Amino acid sequence: MAYGKKVLDHYENPRNVGTLDKNDKSVGTGMVGAPACGDVMKLQIKVNDEGVIEDAKFKTYGCGSAIASSSLLTEWVRGKTVEQAQEIKNSEIAEELALPPVKIHCSVLAEDAIKAAVNDYYEKNVKKEEIA
Amino acid sequence: MSKKETPIYLDYASTTPIDDRVAKKMLEYMTTDGMYGNPASRSHSFGWDADDAVSQSRQHVADLINADPREIVWTSGATESDNLAIKGAAHFYKKKGKHVITIKTEHKAVLDACRQLEREGFEVTYMEPMPNGLINIEKLESEIRDDTVLISIMHVNNEIGVIQDIEAIGELARSKKIIFHVDAAQSAGKVEIDLQKMKVDLMSFSAHKIYGPKGIGALYVRRKPRVRLEAQIHGGGHERGLRSGTLPTHQIVGMGEAFRIAKEEMESDYDKVSQLRNRLWNGLKDIEEVYLNGDFENRYPGIMNISFNYVEGESLIMATKDIAVSSGSACTSASLEPSFVLRAIGRSDELAHSSLRMSIGRFTTEDEIDTTIETVSKAVEKLRALSPLWEMYKDGIDMSKIEWAAH
Repeated sequence: MAYGKKVLDHYENPRNVGTLDKNDKSVGTGMVGAPACGDVMKLQIKVNDEGVIEDAKFKTYGCGSAIASSSLLTEWVRGKTVEQAQEIKNSEIAEELALPPVKIHCSVLAEDAIKAAVNDYYEKNVKKEEIA
Repeated sequence: MSKKETPIYLDYASTTPIDDRVAKKMLEYMTTDGMYGNPASRSHSFGWDADDAVSQSRQHVADLINADPREIVWTSGATESDNLAIKGAAHFYKKKGKHVITIKTEHKAVLDACRQLEREGFEVTYMEPMPNGLINIEKLESEIRDDTVLISIMHVNNEIGVIQDIEAIGELARSKKIIFHVDAAQSAGKVEIDLQKMKVDLMSFSAHKIYGPKGIGALYVRRKPRVRLEAQIHGGGHERGLRSGTLPTHQIVGMGEAFRIAKEEMESDYDKVSQLRNRLWNGLKDIEEVYLNGDFENRYPGIMNISFNYVEGESLIMATKDIAVSSGSACTSASLEPSFVLRAIGRSDELAHSSLRMSIGRFTTEDEIDTTIETVSKAVEKLRALSPLWEMYKDGIDMSKIEWAAH
């Protein structure tokens, strides 16, 4: 499989690899995919009081395109509001990385990951308000 | 990582380079100053010379496996040999019965030929091997029916390198008067094959797995007791009518020379490959969560299939791009299915997705093995630092209890 330049760059120098404290209420965690399918993506966002994502970290088990998709995503969501981050479409990721058709599912997974992270963040914070 | 440097070749199970001695010999049978005649031409010396070369090559192939040269039929490769053996025997003996037995870890050439037989109304039993990759002989015996006409079981497995007990299976098949075919593409010239001892009726060979050219192979067809086949390719009646088509002299000479050298050097090749395999395995086995796929004892040492848990195979191949290896999984193609061989021996999807096949051969060096150990170890470390599964494993989370959203 020949990989595009941008995929190789993200694969060789992945951005924002790491883990945030998933118990922190300002952190939203999304984990999507399944080991049996060969892809698992974990994306975490840290949201400040203004609703802006100030940090994002990922870890991905999967092919080069899956790693690149999640690495790119962490770059894109930083500085965006959670609402804006939810608007990111898989097609934009696929286009930026020039993913071949057989690798489109990697960008779909990345879109699912940010949606899951935002949902987790919302759930945590709604709960907190209810308790308060 | 300079791009100009040739990658290290550790994919001998997929194909081998042609040995210089073989290539030199082949050149003598191609050009105007060589013996380029058609071996079927009976009316001039060009034909006679070519025919002599073919006969000699047939002898070399027969010698390696302790057979009679009249039992060797030239084909285009092991795939054609498998097809001729399986379809040819099933078609010829179909009045006796329409049941065939094989195993799930066979090469696609065997499995697909069996699928074709199913479309023609045959019944095929695809047996599961044991978790070590070997076939359980008692279980095989219990699968035999009154209408079983053919058993096809490979010698050395192409993905995991395990060696089936061909002698024992041959005894069983002969006692039940069932035709026994063996795909020996990966074993010829690497482990001993003695067809006076092994009760095998049909055996497939390939040249390019043992330093010969691609595009040439052979099928052994036993004469005593005689095995009959229905030809699959019709024409001028070459090869006693079993396989028509002008014999490619230079290819045949290449295969003959490769088999001759293999007989001479099998022991030293084997020792060398074993030593390098031990060096490789010793360098990798202490990495955490590393699994050798297939039985450790009953295997050809040249094929190693190793799973690095929590690291996905395709990304591993990408990270080891200076080494030519293959992912045991079919992920490199458009399909996202993990290796069917690893699944058949009961490996989990995760382990099947995390495998590398490294195959060693005549021209592998110690330096190449050392570089491989270093590159693979670094790649595994790098990818595990990226892997959420590795993190969960390290945190002691039981991943089998997680409800994954399969996609």
